[in-house]
Amino acid sequence: MKVKKFLIGLADVFRFIKRFFKEVFYPPFEIKETLRQCFLLGNRSLFLILFTSFLAGIVFTKQSRPSLASFGAESWLPSLVSQAVVRSLGPLITGLICAGKLGSNIGAELASMQVSEQIDAMEVSGTRPYAYLVVSRVLATTLMLPLLVVFADIVALLGSYLMVNGINGTSFTLYFNEVSAVVTYLDIFSSLIKSAFFGFAIGIVGSYAGYHSEKGTTGVGKAANTAVVVSMIFIFVIDLASLQIINLFRVQ
Amino acid sequence: MRTETDIIMPAPSQPRGNAVVEVRHVSKSFGDREVLVDFNLDLFERENLVILGKSGTGKSVAIKIMVGLLKPDSGTVNVLGYDVPTLSTKELNALRLQVGFSFQGSALYDSMTVRENLEFPLKRNLGIYNRSELDEKVMSALKDVGLESASNLSPAELSGGMKKRIGIARTLILNPKIMLYDEPTAGLDPVTSSEINELILSVRDKYNTSSIIITHDISCARETSDRIVGLFDGRNKVEGTFDELKKQNNEELKPFFNY
Repeated sequence: MKVKKFLIGLADVFRFIKRFFKEVFYPPFEIKETLRQCFLLGNRSLFLILFTSFLAGIVFTKQSRPSLASFGAESWLPSLVSQAVVRSLGPLITGLICAGKLGSNIGAELASMQVSEQIDAMEVSGTRPYAYLVVSRVLATTLMLPLLVVFADIVALLGSYLMVNGINGTSFTLYFNEVSAVVTYLDIFSSLIKSAFFGFAIGIVGSYAGYHSEKGTTGVGKAANTAVVVSMIFIFVIDLASLQIINLFRVQ
Repeated sequence: MRTETDIIMPAPSQPRGNAVVEVRHVSKSFGDREVLVDFNLDLFERENLVILGKSGTGKSVAIKIMVGLLKPDSGTVNVLGYDVPTLSTKELNALRLQVGFSFQGSALYDSMTVRENLEFPLKRNLGIYNRSELDEKVMSALKDVGLESASNLSPAELSGGMKKRIGIARTLILNPKIMLYDEPTAGLDPVTSSEINELILSVRDKYNTSSIIITHDISCARETSDRIVGLFDGRNKVEGTFDELKKQNNEELKPFFNY
């Protein structure tokens, strides 16, 4: 019975995703609403991402320094930190914060609309609530995550530079020369593409949880919780899968 | 306080015109629970039909099937000539433009003001973006429900009765041919309920709508109905005018009329 329920749920998720790809190319396009969501979602999480990325840059640098110093490789600190930040830390921090902040927000917002029959009201008035509510949000998270990752990377490297400068007196030019020497275009593009997948996962999971929430107020909390937990799991799975794929390119 | 004689009574019985809604042998279950069993219904032009029944007897399910929000397990549902369960999404949306649905909880979009709630279907369904045209239509719909001054309020600032009126205004703005009211007086005090009942009658008169009113409120049924269908355990068991049903010694109707 549980297996049957799980399979039905899985089929439902695939139908939901398939509907996204169908509606995203079906006019009229929700450009205005998508831009509004981009602003809202990006604006909502920007400060938190900048703050945590800055701290993460400082902490990571401070914790890595003793290990490198023990090998006499302290000068490699900018290279190590920059590769870690661009390849993994920046996208991961951004993804997890957005999963918590945006995923729960989307899940709870759509669930409360579902509970109060606002989605049904849109449906019966002949509008396309899926396009208006889901497509716009999923597109917004997919587009905004890479942008937020760029900000997160810059601020994390800035935090790292301040730490390195404070300890060794390394100049800004020297630090960023070392960073640009090790960070490749492949690192940058793969990180951005990976973040877009994170954004898609956050948007689609949050929307699915909200759109299919149970009736009643408990349904709202449950939808928000599901959105966060499931999108976080997806972020780690995508991170692992992307690492395998990117490594294939690196070997070549 | 309103007296019995003040109540606007429904229009006297008129010859029945064409049926705008025809429901035949519809059944609907959720899991093992049968909600509608062999349900039949006709709604005629300019008629106010009340579906009376206790909570959980399938009243709301019946009207949700009529607008394609739910699919029946069996039976046929014909609304304005459309065979609802077989419609494509595009056809369904075309039908829904002609059918107004007033939800029990009003279902106002709480991220929008009253004005934006009313503009939303105009912009998205009719492609009207001209400011003066939008203003004209919005204010006209608000005037019809007596709430011109509420246009810039948010749903959170409205009372229960005001929300119901705005919900009705949002459906009226598309000039529907059929209105479906889901528990229009639920949760309202008697005075506000009576005002909503008057509004339902005035909507019929001004917009020439045919209406189905889902209720368990006998006052609402008395004030708004041309005809009443009693729905019990998912089956329509009794039918007639308010006075006809009141005279019947029906066990299931007794709790409603013993007020």
